[in-house]
Amino acid sequence: MAADKLMDYDAALELFEPVLGFEVHVELGTKTKMFSHAPNVFGSEPNTNVTPVCLGLPGSLPVVNEQAVRYSISLGLALGCQIAASSRFARKNYFYPDNPKNYQISQYDEPIAFEGSVEIELPDGSLRTIPIERAHMEEDAGKLTHLGGSGGRIQGASSSLVDYNRAGVPLVEIVTHPIFGTEALAPEVGRAYVGAIRDIVLSLGISEAKMERGNLRCDANVSLRPRGQEKLGTRTETKNVNSLRSVERAVRYEIQRQAAILAEGGTITQETRHWHEDTGVTSSGRPKSDADDYRYFPEPDLLPVVPSAELVEQLRSELPEQPLARRRRLKADWGFTDLEFQDVANGGLVDVVEATIAAGSSPAAARKWWTGEISRRANADGVEVTEVIQPERVAEIAALVEAGTLTDKLARQVLEGVIAGEGTAQEVVDARGLAVVSDDGALIAAVDEALAAQPDVLAKIRDGKVQAAGAIIGSVMKAMRGQADAARVRELVLERAAAE
Amino acid sequence: MSDITPELVRHLASLSRIDLHDEEVTSLTSELGQIVESIAKVQEVATDDVVATSHPIPLQNVSRPDEVGETLTQEQALSNAPDSADGRFRVPAILGGEQ
Repeated sequence: MAADKLMDYDAALELFEPVLGFEVHVELGTKTKMFSHAPNVFGSEPNTNVTPVCLGLPGSLPVVNEQAVRYSISLGLALGCQIAASSRFARKNYFYPDNPKNYQISQYDEPIAFEGSVEIELPDGSLRTIPIERAHMEEDAGKLTHLGGSGGRIQGASSSLVDYNRAGVPLVEIVTHPIFGTEALAPEVGRAYVGAIRDIVLSLGISEAKMERGNLRCDANVSLRPRGQEKLGTRTETKNVNSLRSVERAVRYEIQRQAAILAEGGTITQETRHWHEDTGVTSSGRPKSDADDYRYFPEPDLLPVVPSAELVEQLRSELPEQPLARRRRLKADWGFTDLEFQDVANGGLVDVVEATIAAGSSPAAARKWWTGEISRRANADGVEVTEVIQPERVAEIAALVEAGTLTDKLARQVLEGVIAGEGTAQEVVDARGLAVVSDDGALIAAVDEALAAQPDVLAKIRDGKVQAAGAIIGSVMKAMRGQADAARVRELVLERAAAE
Repeated sequence: MSDITPELVRHLASLSRIDLHDEEVTSLTSELGQIVESIAKVQEVATDDVVATSHPIPLQNVSRPDEVGETLTQEQALSNAPDSADGRFRVPAILGGEQ
């Protein structure tokens, strides 16, 4: 496959205006599937989480999962959408082996939620509003494994294997209106939008929203139109964009690729394209036209979903604070810089830092522990930070440091003890004898001893070379096995050196 | 005159993955045309205040609680499959891209 010709990004933006659109699929974290009581679980043996409904066996009938409907309404409300007074399912007909019925149950003309908007924040702190066209309920497809092709690709495969465990898992597809005016920030807008959807879904607790696992999938539509032209250009739909960073890269790539074609007088083929994470390029998928003939018609096996006003209002009243508003509030409350807050937010640490502060820690200490030592351990062991240690324990350690009982170095040993299950922070301090030596008598004796042992250093300090005190402080800290407050030792060193 | 043309029949056949001979296209064009015309008679009695009906049964919100029930075993799931491997259905090579 020949490499695509790309235009310089800035040059592309001078000639063309990018117009974006996104379709984000969210797998709902219900216990069972959308239309069947089969378990909705990831990673089981193939074809074990299936019922006759999941396999499309003759005579089987779908029944709507009421929890999936509630989740969908909550998500619609969180996206600022109107909830349909009456909503119905439709059959989308297509032949592909990931879909045993030869149609996907989706929604067409009466989606559960429509016309909303999502506020997003860009890296520079500016806000934008993304218009939402609709959010509709549908079912996921099975999973294909291609055999015989190179590298598991469909091209050249001799046959394919199908696992229907995922078939029928509840999905909500969120579709934006065309997004105008993003200009050079188009890639960042894409990333921030998908990130905002992920945050909203997580705050609602309706999906694990792990992109790498396919809980949250993004199709990015990109088109370019020459400056001054009203009519929209031909768009491509890039699939398989499975991380926030990929959203940004894929949008940028498509802008550069399409610009190179258009600038040479070529035309863009309306098609799906596949994003390749490893090489950072998109490749041609299948042609797609607006005339794609799915022959949608109302699903006769399912009755309309007519949510009562009481249910909608109840779900509205239960909505959590919007993640973006919450983040801005916490950032201000904690007094973090943009960078400090990003560290916390990007690490998925907002909740634990908040809990640690609620348990009495200073914001700075909570941030330092969770983004530092604890994240390092979680990464090294491949576990979630919440599995490493409880926020209350972290707050205890921070309080001991604050009170001067522990130095940072000692605190790390205490953390180790707490993680090892040796008890509360105080219990670890007591059991391991880790408290700071705060007895000035013992410190003065050690300082005097170190000064006497290094008369050359003493002379330098007396000459006003204060930085020479470092050597003495080092000796004292070593003698105290690190269990001394270095700042206090420094004070004592300067005091004793001057006194003699 | 019906809206059903030989081109439309061929298009529908292609969407449905049905291979039709020319004679079949001719006879289906006529038969489908008659069916459409017969059904179109309903339009003559339907006045503007009759809304399109997708679900004639006066029921709505038929749903089930989110509780796991009985599932098939892998053996049962694959028992009618013409071919399988590794606990999965095996299908012939797929031409064309994914949906």
